[in-house]
Amino acid sequence: MHERTAPPGATAPVFYEHEEHAHGDGGTLIGFWIYLMGDSLIFAILFATYGVLGRNYAAGPSGAELFDLRLVAVNTGLLLLSSITYGFAMLEMDKARIDTTLRWLAVTGLFGAGFLAIELFEFSHLIREGATPQRSAFLSAFFTLVGTHGLHVTFGILWLVVLMLQVRQRGLIAENQRRLLCLSMFWHFLDVVWIGVFTFVYLMGAMR
Amino acid sequence: MSAVTGAGDVRKSQDDGAGPGMARGAPHPHGAHGSFRGYVTGFVLSVILTAIPFWLVMGDVLQDTLWTSIVIMALAAVQIVVHMIYFLHMNTKSEGGWTFMALAFTLTLVVITLVGSIWVMYHLDQNMMPMTPHEALQKP
Repeated sequence: MHERTAPPGATAPVFYEHEEHAHGDGGTLIGFWIYLMGDSLIFAILFATYGVLGRNYAAGPSGAELFDLRLVAVNTGLLLLSSITYGFAMLEMDKARIDTTLRWLAVTGLFGAGFLAIELFEFSHLIREGATPQRSAFLSAFFTLVGTHGLHVTFGILWLVVLMLQVRQRGLIAENQRRLLCLSMFWHFLDVVWIGVFTFVYLMGAMR
Repeated sequence: MSAVTGAGDVRKSQDDGAGPGMARGAPHPHGAHGSFRGYVTGFVLSVILTAIPFWLVMGDVLQDTLWTSIVIMALAAVQIVVHMIYFLHMNTKSEGGWTFMALAFTLTLVVITLVGSIWVMYHLDQNMMPMTPHEALQKP
């Protein structure tokens, strides 16, 4: 239908139409991917800041004294589990099963909420011990990096709840499928960032 | 000559993308976002690649901070690749190669940011006057 709009003999427009139809989703997914790449630059800068300031304890507590690796291990497991349950939700979406899709999304949200709860518990524990962001450059960088990741997870859960309501109301229509695919990229991306956090911040911090 | 082949390509790619009888606008009709086996494989690999670094650090297995750091960083890099392939379904072909192009560009910037910052600031630290933690506390 589109190729008829090009005048006969004009090769260039036909070529551009071909490019435009290659993804068939209006380009949302590639656009969202570009956003995620921008987001990774934010995290890269925060990781670099932590890498530079991570040993400036200002005679305050160090990571080895503060971090409870068992909590971090549980958190890592929760986030990993939420990644695979989101994958299962996507597989159910492919089969156009609304109920099971919603169920897996709910499980994903619960794992995400568990992750956040443990992280907030850890933060409040640190602050009660006097290890506040104001205490040292190390703690400022730590709270900024890990807090930014936690904020992303928070908004991911909010987005998840909104999408669950939309799927329940309108079903798995093309728009909702597209939105769920975007959130899936976001969610898996957060798990990728967390790999960097637990390795670079927690594990390497605990060894010093 | 090329107009005819070009139009043929368009029709072909539309058929590939949406498939006959598929609702228009359905994003990935061919299950482009993975399979059950793919997710489970990625999950198992990730669990292994997460368990090893935690075991190395919590059990102090290597008894050498430098080597442990190198090993866990390498494992993290491998795990990131595993997530990219099995969870984010990264490949060099999706969206005509543009996702991969964006990723390669981003990785370049990330490496410049990280290596550059740590390298430059480390040398800056080296050139500062030595200070004990107590003196550092007295600084404004």
